[in-house]
Amino acid sequence: MRNFVTIFRRELNAYFVSPMAYVVMVFFFALASVFFYLFLASFLQNQQMIQMQAQQSGRFQPVNVNLMLIRGLLMNLSLISLFMIPMITMRSFSEDRRNGTMELLLTSPLTNWQIILGKYFAALTLYAAMIGTTLVYMVILFVYGDPELLPIISGYLGLFLFGAALVAIGIFVSSLTENQLVAALVTFVVMLLLWLVGALGTFNSTNWTQQVLQYLSTIEHLDDFVKGVFDTRHLVYYVTLAFFGLFLTYQSVESTRWRG
Amino acid sequence: MIEVQNVSKSYGPVHAVKDVSFSVQKGEILGFLGPNGAGKTTTMRILACFMPATSGTAKVAGYDVFDQAMDVKKRIGYLPENPPLYMEQTVRDYLRFVAGIKGISANLVQQKIDRALELTSTTEVSQRIIGKLSKGFRQRIGLAQALIHEPEILILDEPTVGLDPAQIIEVRELIKNLAGDHTIILSTHILPEVEQTCDRVVIINKGQVVAEDTTAGLTHKLQGVSSVRIEAVGDPEAIKVVLGSIQGVAKVTHTAGAYMVESMAEKDVRGELARAMVKNDFTLLSLQSVGMNLEEIFLQLVKTENGDGRIEA
Repeated sequence: MRNFVTIFRRELNAYFVSPMAYVVMVFFFALASVFFYLFLASFLQNQQMIQMQAQQSGRFQPVNVNLMLIRGLLMNLSLISLFMIPMITMRSFSEDRRNGTMELLLTSPLTNWQIILGKYFAALTLYAAMIGTTLVYMVILFVYGDPELLPIISGYLGLFLFGAALVAIGIFVSSLTENQLVAALVTFVVMLLLWLVGALGTFNSTNWTQQVLQYLSTIEHLDDFVKGVFDTRHLVYYVTLAFFGLFLTYQSVESTRWRG
Repeated sequence: MIEVQNVSKSYGPVHAVKDVSFSVQKGEILGFLGPNGAGKTTTMRILACFMPATSGTAKVAGYDVFDQAMDVKKRIGYLPENPPLYMEQTVRDYLRFVAGIKGISANLVQQKIDRALELTSTTEVSQRIIGKLSKGFRQRIGLAQALIHEPEILILDEPTVGLDPAQIIEVRELIKNLAGDHTIILSTHILPEVEQTCDRVVIINKGQVVAEDTTAGLTHKLQGVSSVRIEAVGDPEAIKVVLGSIQGVAKVTHTAGAYMVESMAEKDVRGELARAMVKNDFTLLSLQSVGMNLEEIFLQLVKTENGDGRIEA
């Protein structure tokens, strides 16, 4: 446990000592802000129209902030994450391999799992902090509006799990190469494929393959979370994907010993 | 302390290390000598549990490097060829991290860091960022990293690379002082380093051990003949005749004011040489025995190493 904490702390410090953590967070927050503004503007416009209709018909229907604004925003945050996660995970193992510090880690009395989980949770923490910056907007919505809390909680939980799965994949790709740029690009492509595979499903005619492809898609599982529907099926999917990524990382780290 | 038996390591068809065997006693400094690409780093990586051997066994401190890797790792300090440093950290933070992963208990960390800094004379830079330090300092911090947890065994891959002459002497002294409590195995391709620091030497070339002996023994064994260098004033031809007439002298050559007298190794002819010179009225300026130095031995071994070049110790 202590070894894990030592690795975790160094990794997290490394993010914040280099400009990487700040770049990732600022970049993410800026993009999120643009989307928040756009969603808010269109939401307000809609609200105005609905109010006008309500005045004409005499029946007033309250507009749902969760459905009209938050849901779309959170789905968009997952899209921005696709660009940020490769930046978070690219240095994870690649840097150690290039620096030669991998030799220090592998010849110290540490297990592979302590190294991998230390790095994984450090990356995941940065991801969570990055997603967390957007909570500012949720606070604004609560101050000026009246959104439902539970769908927001479940939406952020979904985003966290979404990240947990993809960060594991990013760490795995990083363990394959010494080159950070290659690690980032490959991670991005893999994530994009996992995102788009669901769309492929809808074009497919046979029902069976469509379902499989849709199940594989990272984004399909996020939708329910964001709607406020908590389904263990989706939880299982993300957790399985995370374990799968970490398992592959373990194999990769173990094989560096053999390849040298 | 370290026992290596028939260790081989191959990358596909390429043999990096082939059938290497040697052993190191407790408290000894073993020099691992060979040209670049001879397999020194590979052998050390196997001993440090960084990579497994393709065949053969290696035991460090009584533990097998493959089956009991964790026990071995707790007892070794390893300085790889490139010091494994995190460039963005300060020296102290880095050593604190290393202390953590080496399992030093929290209340001792500060004390061990100070000791490691002092031993490697890096206290002055302890608050600086590693990436901004010179190569010499980085190398010494690499060394501090290897000995921070006071391991029984130190495995140092070219510990003096990148240091200036004064620092090299410092590091060699440090290594000598560490011996006794620690068993040390160090690799180098610099010959004087082995002569000056090591008790024993293993010469490796193209992945195979070509010689293993004590530093002095190796010099002695390989000599076969011993040479005496004489400086004298007088007619060169006459001197050559006089020297050549002494029993046991095999060959006399005259170059640049000095005479090289080669004789059988078992017989010390220096006394007779001096007497003969004085008796024949030549002015004897100097007379000294010239041993073959490691450099010559090394070159000889590496050159003649085709097929079975191994010299039994």
